[in-house]
Amino acid sequence: MLAADEASNPWFDASYVTGNWDTIVVHLRQHVTLTVGAVLLGVLLALPLALLARRVRPLAGPVLGLSSVVYTIPSLAMFAFLAPFTGPLSATTVLVGLTLYTLVILVRNFLAGLQGVPDDVREAARGMGYGSARLFWQVDLPLALPAFMAGLRIATVSTVALVTVGVITGNGGLGQLIVGGFNANFYRAEIVTGAVGCVLLALVADVLLAGLERLLTPWTRAVA
Amino acid sequence: MNAFADAFRYLNDPLVWTRSGGVLDLLVQHLRISALAVLLAAVLAVPAGVLLGRSGRGAGAVVVLSNVSRAVPTLALLTVLAVTPLGFSETGTVLALAVFAVPPMLTNTFVGFREVDRDVREAARAMGMSRGQLLTRVELPLALPLVMTGVRTAAVQVVATATLAALVGGGGLGRIINLGFGQQDYGQILAGALLVAALALLTELLLVLASAVLTPGPRRRTLRRAPAAHTGTPEPTASGVPL
Repeated sequence: MLAADEASNPWFDASYVTGNWDTIVVHLRQHVTLTVGAVLLGVLLALPLALLARRVRPLAGPVLGLSSVVYTIPSLAMFAFLAPFTGPLSATTVLVGLTLYTLVILVRNFLAGLQGVPDDVREAARGMGYGSARLFWQVDLPLALPAFMAGLRIATVSTVALVTVGVITGNGGLGQLIVGGFNANFYRAEIVTGAVGCVLLALVADVLLAGLERLLTPWTRAVA
Repeated sequence: MNAFADAFRYLNDPLVWTRSGGVLDLLVQHLRISALAVLLAAVLAVPAGVLLGRSGRGAGAVVVLSNVSRAVPTLALLTVLAVTPLGFSETGTVLALAVFAVPPMLTNTFVGFREVDRDVREAARAMGMSRGQLLTRVELPLALPLVMTGVRTAAVQVVATATLAALVGGGGLGRIINLGFGQQDYGQILAGALLVAALALLTELLLVLASAVLTPGPRRRTLRRAPAAHTGTPEPTASGVPL
């Protein structure tokens, strides 16, 4: 028989959240930084790739094929592959790995969006004297925007979830709370705070991007 | 790179494979957990997908489910289940992985059965087929490619995410990576990564072949005509999400 009752281990504890607010914010900030960084880098790399794959048609097959291979690599293995090069305990490992994942989602969606632009429209614009830059900004981009934004939302939400795996390098954002709580004698309040934080962050990011999409595509609302 | 030499040395040691708790043991455990999770999810998701898809109802719920499941980190559910009374048992891991295997299978089965041509259905009924015959001889063959896509997506996802169990005391091949990180042993880290990635790619490959064999009729040719699929269309499914 135990001398003392087992310490209570509630699933949620408001005093944990208030008492450890500073720690939570540090991890939250890292989570957001890694997500935003990976998505931005992914966009910067995916856009030229998608444009290239549209222009040089034979490239589209290999680009998409390679991207589905990258999907298949488990995140833990991805970070493990990168660790010897970028350092096993560095946030760079996580950032590079996440960027690769966002890249493949974004290339796929960007390419789909660009291929969805009707050739007639592009030819008409060219006939009206549009140069290639103006063609991209004023014709391709607006027409492909819904597909772009769909890709951006999927990439962002899944990146928020994936950052947690970065815990293997000690840079897992809110994932640090999840595994940290597990290692701290299965402290449920910490685990649940991390987990709920991740889900909330993903939802907030998704809502923000949905709002951005509405702002950027006012013409889609004109019908209603 | 020295790490590759170390990884090779690690993988080239027979004892690493055959000792108790070695690569082979972990592989068997990994496969057992994955198979159970996929089976459990399939038992739930496929009949539900068939029912919903045939009636054409519940599209909203299916989409919401697959979107929400994307926002929940697998690691979070694995950890939460590990601290329930299920504890460190494989059951907790199997359950957590099964939860994430449901959306891809449900979505694809749903879409597969919903997209069966209405005319084909009516023609079959007019030929006097019963509801059961309609299901097994018309709808199932037509929906099978998508159902198999769902099973494949789910299975690859499960095999991939089963590695995460190692982060919270579970078994499977992820343990090699986790131990490697713990010891800062680049060779072991790389060796684990190679094993895990190879297993995921092999699963994908095997299931692509399996669905090609299972798919009846001229659709089978889609495997050889693979480049035709490269139109850049994103799959209408919960796939396309990193694991």
